Amino acid sequence: MSAKSVKAPSLRESTSWKKALQRDWHLYLMLLVPVALVIVFNYAAYPGLRMVFMDYKPAKGYAGSKWVGWETFAKVFRDKDFNRALKNSIVFNLLDLLISFPMPIILALMLNELRFPRFKKVTQTILYLPHFLSWVIVGSVAYQLFKPSSGIVNVLMKNWGWIEEGIPFLTEKNHWAVTYLLIGVWQGMGWGTIIYLAAITGISGELYEAAMIDGASRMQRIWHITLPGIRSTIVVLLIMNLGKIMGSNFERLDVFANTQVRDYQYQLAIYIYEKGLANSKFSMATAVGLFQSLVGLMLVLISDRFSKALGEDGLL
Amino acid sequence: MARNKEKEFDTINDGSHAIRKFSIGDFIIILVLVILCATCILPFIHLAAKSISSNTAVMQKSVVLLPKGVNFDAYASIFQDGTLVHSFVYSVGVVALFTLLGMIACTCAAYPLSKKRLKGRTFFTILLMIPMYFNAGLIPTYLLYKNLGMLNTMWVLILPLIYSSYNMLIMKNYFQSNIPDSLEEAAFLDGASNFQILFQIVLPLSLPIIATLSLFYAVGRWNAYADNKYYITKEALKMIQYKLYQLVSSATEAQTATLSEAIEVTSTPEVLQAACIMFATLPIICIYPFLQKYFVKGVMVGAVKG
Repeated sequence: MSAKSVKAPSLRESTSWKKALQRDWHLYLMLLVPVALVIVFNYAAYPGLRMVFMDYKPAKGYAGSKWVGWETFAKVFRDKDFNRALKNSIVFNLLDLLISFPMPIILALMLNELRFPRFKKVTQTILYLPHFLSWVIVGSVAYQLFKPSSGIVNVLMKNWGWIEEGIPFLTEKNHWAVTYLLIGVWQGMGWGTIIYLAAITGISGELYEAAMIDGASRMQRIWHITLPGIRSTIVVLLIMNLGKIMGSNFERLDVFANTQVRDYQYQLAIYIYEKGLANSKFSMATAVGLFQSLVGLMLVLISDRFSKALGEDGLL
Repeated sequence: MARNKEKEFDTINDGSHAIRKFSIGDFIIILVLVILCATCILPFIHLAAKSISSNTAVMQKSVVLLPKGVNFDAYASIFQDGTLVHSFVYSVGVVALFTLLGMIACTCAAYPLSKKRLKGRTFFTILLMIPMYFNAGLIPTYLLYKNLGMLNTMWVLILPLIYSSYNMLIMKNYFQSNIPDSLEEAAFLDGASNFQILFQIVLPLSLPIIATLSLFYAVGRWNAYADNKYYITKEALKMIQYKLYQLVSSATEAQTATLSEAIEVTSTPEVLQAACIMFATLPIICIYPFLQKYFVKGVMVGAVKG
């Protein structure tokens, strides 16, 4: 963190607390607000984690529930539902990364090659739109468009004679998987370009001029100048995304839920919600949540190390 | 292959070749971008058309991008019923309060932590960053809010989220890189207090980031619905996204959208659903082109590590 890298002058560092409080009591007073908020709403929840070593019963509370040691974790790892959810989460997150990650890079390269500033601006504005829509809206629009018999996509394809029967885009698990992933790409592609476009503007224009004089084609310029120029951005973002491999977005999964696709849609966030809030298996749900948090944290730390080892900026 | 091309390029050195080749590339790029843009816009035009078309036209599946048999019955029933309208007004209120409190909490954290001279700065920074990397999870959090008596109140949608480490970092970075230390030191020598410096110098110079973060807060709150689902069971306290979710989340075609049984709805579920979606989407679509540039700015400031 920056506090480490930028050393304050030594005189200031050795200020006594009394002096510091006298001089900066306004600042400490301000800090009370966020500190109180995180203590009341975040730190106060941490002791609740002890229920992973208990057989927590909502009626009995923390005091009345039995301590069971590691039994909850053993139960979770034997649980078929958990293993299914874990597998689905990892598979879908990897697929998501594989499909969603390259798209903003490709789009940014295309936008960068575009030579009509106004067209570029309008295009960008439109492509950012999905990022501003909630998953509820994205989900309900998708259901309207993709209904097998009355959704416009199927209706048009039938009218044009491409298909005989409506395709169950969101109501058959394999179609669902593809649709779900593509909607994810669609939602994030425009927004993801911002950071790459910024990195591209940092590349010296002289490089391009020199390459043009040497007769480099457009593809050669992209391959030998633009891509190497944004390499470090790509690496950092890739590592950051790898750190999210254990996460799962409840809202995104929840809006695309239906009984026909449960085999794939049942991922960790859904597991925690259903076991915990819907079925009152509090200890198990908490154990899974803790497992997810800890693995996620570990992945972030590893990513950070990795990124620094590669000579890029760290994330922490 | 590439090498051959390069040679050819060298021999024909009149440039017109290059320009012609470029325009084919341009054409492909423009084509792809136009198609992608179409996927972002056409769904909403289609739904808007559907929401104001007649029931028969929709049943015959003949509405594509232009409405047929224009009428506003579906919207009339939404307003007559009132639940969505009530929820809309309530959501606007929650979002406004959330944004205001959020900006206060954010400034209260970012400003002191942007001061290198602050004693205990590293400690406070770590204290305020840990929740971003590790949270207790749904169940302990749920029980905590229950113990605090916050379930089924508006506050559960506001208070736990007003402090955001992510937004704090953006604001702190902005203060550190855009407000010159010399300016504050000069004010300090003139006898200004920390508060005076904040309100009369720092904040007026930080309007762009204040706008950006307010929008982050507002859009984030407007769009999220999971906490409504976890913590709220009273209909009157649910925000509009969750209402919409309840109305249209089902995939099965037999499912009907019913606003309430008390009023007579003349539109088919199909038309009504389209109208409900548009009702909840239009505000965002209308204002977002104006907000977009602020968001872009925020992403950029956030990307620069301080």
